[in-house]
Amino acid sequence: MNDLDSLEAESIYILREAYATLKPIAMLWSFGKDSNAMIWLARKAFLGRVPFPVVHLDTGLEFPEVYDFRNRYREEWRLDLVADACPSIEEVDPTLPPNSRLAARKTLGLSQAIRKHGYRGIIAGIRRDEQAMRAKERVFSPRGASGEWEAKDQPAEFWDQYNLSQPPGTHVRVHPLLSWTELDIWRYIARERIPVVPLYFARNGKRFRSLGEIGITTPIDSKAASVDQIIDELATTRAAERAGRTMDHDSEDAFERLRAAGYM
Amino acid sequence: MTAHSHDYVALRPSNERAFPIVVVGHVDHGKSTLIGRLLYDTGSLGEDRVAQLREASGRRGLDVEWSFLLDALQVERDQGITVDTTQVWFRSARRHYVIIDAPGHRSFLKNMVTGAARAEAAILVVDASQGVADQTRRHVHLLGLLGIGQIVVALNKVDLIGRDPQRVSEASEEIIRCLAENGLAATAIVPISARHGDNIVRAADMDGYGGPTLVDALDRLLPRASNLNLPFRFAVQDVYRLDDKRVVVGRIESGQLRNGDTIAFAPSGQAARVVSIETGNGVDRAEAQAGESVALTLDQPLFVERGQLAGPAEEPPATARRLRVRLFWLDAAPLAAGSRISLKLGTAEREATVLDVEEVLGMASMQTADRQEIRQHEVAQVLLGVARPLATDRHALLPRTGRGVFVRDFRVAGGFVVTDFDDAAPVEAPVELDATPGVVIWLTGYSGAGKSTLGRELVRRLSERGRAAHLLDGDELRRGLNRDLGFSDADRRENVRRVSEVARLFAEAGTIAVVSVIAPRAADRAMARTLVGPRFAEVHIRASLSACEQRDPKGLYARARRGDLKGFTGIDSPYETPVSPELVVDTEADDLATSADRLLAFVDNWLG
Ligand SMILES: Nc1nc2c(ncn2[C@@H]2O[C@H](COP(=O)(O)OP(=O)(O)OP(=O)(O)O)[C@@H](O)[C@H]2O)c(=O)[nH]1
Ligand SMILES: [Mg+2]
Repeated sequence: MNDLDSLEAESIYILREAYATLKPIAMLWSFGKDSNAMIWLARKAFLGRVPFPVVHLDTGLEFPEVYDFRNRYREEWRLDLVADACPSIEEVDPTLPPNSRLAARKTLGLSQAIRKHGYRGIIAGIRRDEQAMRAKERVFSPRGASGEWEAKDQPAEFWDQYNLSQPPGTHVRVHPLLSWTELDIWRYIARERIPVVPLYFARNGKRFRSLGEIGITTPIDSKAASVDQIIDELATTRAAERAGRTMDHDSEDAFERLRAAGYM
Repeated sequence: MTAHSHDYVALRPSNERAFPIVVVGHVDHGKSTLIGRLLYDTGSLGEDRVAQLREASGRRGLDVEWSFLLDALQVERDQGITVDTTQVWFRSARRHYVIIDAPGHRSFLKNMVTGAARAEAAILVVDASQGVADQTRRHVHLLGLLGIGQIVVALNKVDLIGRDPQRVSEASEEIIRCLAENGLAATAIVPISARHGDNIVRAADMDGYGGPTLVDALDRLLPRASNLNLPFRFAVQDVYRLDDKRVVVGRIESGQLRNGDTIAFAPSGQAARVVSIETGNGVDRAEAQAGESVALTLDQPLFVERGQLAGPAEEPPATARRLRVRLFWLDAAPLAAGSRISLKLGTAEREATVLDVEEVLGMASMQTADRQEIRQHEVAQVLLGVARPLATDRHALLPRTGRGVFVRDFRVAGGFVVTDFDDAAPVEAPVELDATPGVVIWLTGYSGAGKSTLGRELVRRLSERGRAAHLLDGDELRRGLNRDLGFSDADRRENVRRVSEVARLFAEAGTIAVVSVIAPRAADRAMARTLVGPRFAEVHIRASLSACEQRDPKGLYARARRGDLKGFTGIDSPYETPVSPELVVDTEADDLATSADRLLAFVDNWLG
């Protein structure tokens, strides 16, 4: 087994643990490279079909290419798509820095979906190497009744023994990609030929490295116009993956506040 | 693409897994600083990260605080302490690493374990000016339990001791002793200064030191031995139904599997031949190996379920009812002998009882304590009983299937490795199928409550109806089987244990064993329940203490009141009233005949 085989096997193990013990469960689908890789892994884990709904936290502000992608692959992958609109910006905590508020809309949208559908498990495609706060996450991360994350007092997790049981009224976030890096994801996309939104590929010297909503995501300078070229670019870059996500940089504690409140 | 960037790619073989190393040691000895420095000195940091770092440090009136790279939580930065584990990636000239930072403060030991368990080697950071401290010892002991045998020691802050070779060698010797006490040895001891970057990537001119830099020492570490050549084990996660096929999914924990092999599932003991192996892309495989998540189909419709463990049919995994384990306890509330606890081993979950606490080790002091309770952050050896048999292995032989965790209040509360177990017969026949089921009916209550009288009456009535029944009476057994036992807590416990074992044998032979023994401790009764298994009923023969004292058929209460009899239940020794017995019979409210009727009705109802 090479490193991608090991990562794949581990993620499949995690997905099967989650599906066997957390019911009902759903997966977040943001159409980004990570969440497409995650759906790909789920189709392998469950032998060809994804046996639970995939949830799009829809702010109405995705790029048109993203909506096209969604509509095409929900058909092709036979996905059970749940796409409820997120609450409006007026309902968001006004003390949050401006760029964080759109993200906070997603948090509200998620807790609304959890209430409405009674999910006990939410599978999200975050990775440790994306962001220092995410590096501290557990694979199975218990959330409070309103979705909040107790970063200061997380339960122990070792030997692949996950915290599967949970008090009533709470849910668990499951992170099957936690050990992957950005480069691993692209190498896996290359190996498996996983489709991605074309915005990742350079046009006129610019491409998106991390895909968020219109207005809060900025493209980077790049000539990488194919998956292989992206892999070459990543092997040498020293800039951070989420540098183009304005919400991370509002203030030092912006991302911690978002995550503590239940953001992915 | 420039030639330069191609060189860079060549340094990182694309199919190489990053080598995971955990950094452990006492609080403030410089773990996070060391990692920050390591990243900086190997050029692994982006410019924006360094800029952010300077800014966050400046905001708190500090120069460059390297630890902030990892300590991302606000509370960590404000208090200068790591709370939770994190990880970062870097590459040396030789290979790719994942460096896992672990907190050193004792309050966050659960997070240290979380981080360390992912590693294949450790960097033990020791402050040269302070030497081995409490958490140094604790962490070293845990590394041993977690099976992390490769340790590089970073003797940090040598700037604070003026880089004095004498003091470096004294500190080194102390560390070597500490490791040796835990059966461990360092692969290298490198004197460093994390703050100044000495001997991390760049060799510093240090008197009397001619060894490797820290990165050189890391590059010499070996990957963990593979599980490929160990016996085959497959942990069942689930069974999926696809069209008309039943597919068993799970992971190969050790060894290899070939299509066509016959495998046996424990604890059911059933065997079948593998007719297909799939790893998810719809392609059939001829074989699969340790670490792979696979989907199997079998040639027979066995009843397979989550929690089972498969092995080769000729040498199936063992099935245990009682396990001796070495555990580390993380929960704030202690684990006491007699208490019930949930455990997870592989994908199996079980309710277990702590039958005996054989040894407790306070980790920081490394002193043994003689008590029946394990407190937070202690290590202990205990005997566990599980009501339903559990498939397992000895950890020394098969680490992945010989270890597990405890769960309490929805959280992982500790970990254990299996050192030994009884090899139970591969699962008893299901209860309903047995023609003449034997059971154990345990009558508990004060002396004089009517246990022996009711027990005799019950046995008489059952025998009259042709059922095999037998009374095991506490007083009687204390004259024979248990005549070496007194009334101390330990002796009472042993009394209950022996009677339980005897009663179980009667029940296994098809007899209804009626036990009349006070068994004043709830924990001891829980132990009896575990030892007997599901065919156990606890009946509380209830009468108030004052009623019993008035009856005093044997004059014992009077003697106890006079002080002639010490440790008498209800007088100067406690009775813990059953919380959820299967039946309560009140001999104060009802007469003997009515109470006996109720008991018999209960037995009839239970056994159908
Ligand atoms: N003089 C000197 N100070 C150091 C050195 N390395 C670290 N320090 C200082 O020691 C203090 C503690 O460093 P940390 O890296 O936060 O310690 P830690 O081991 O990660 O602590 P916890 O994670 O909270 O257990 C900081 O103030 C560092 O600047 C060194 O080589 N020399
Ligand atoms: Mg630290």
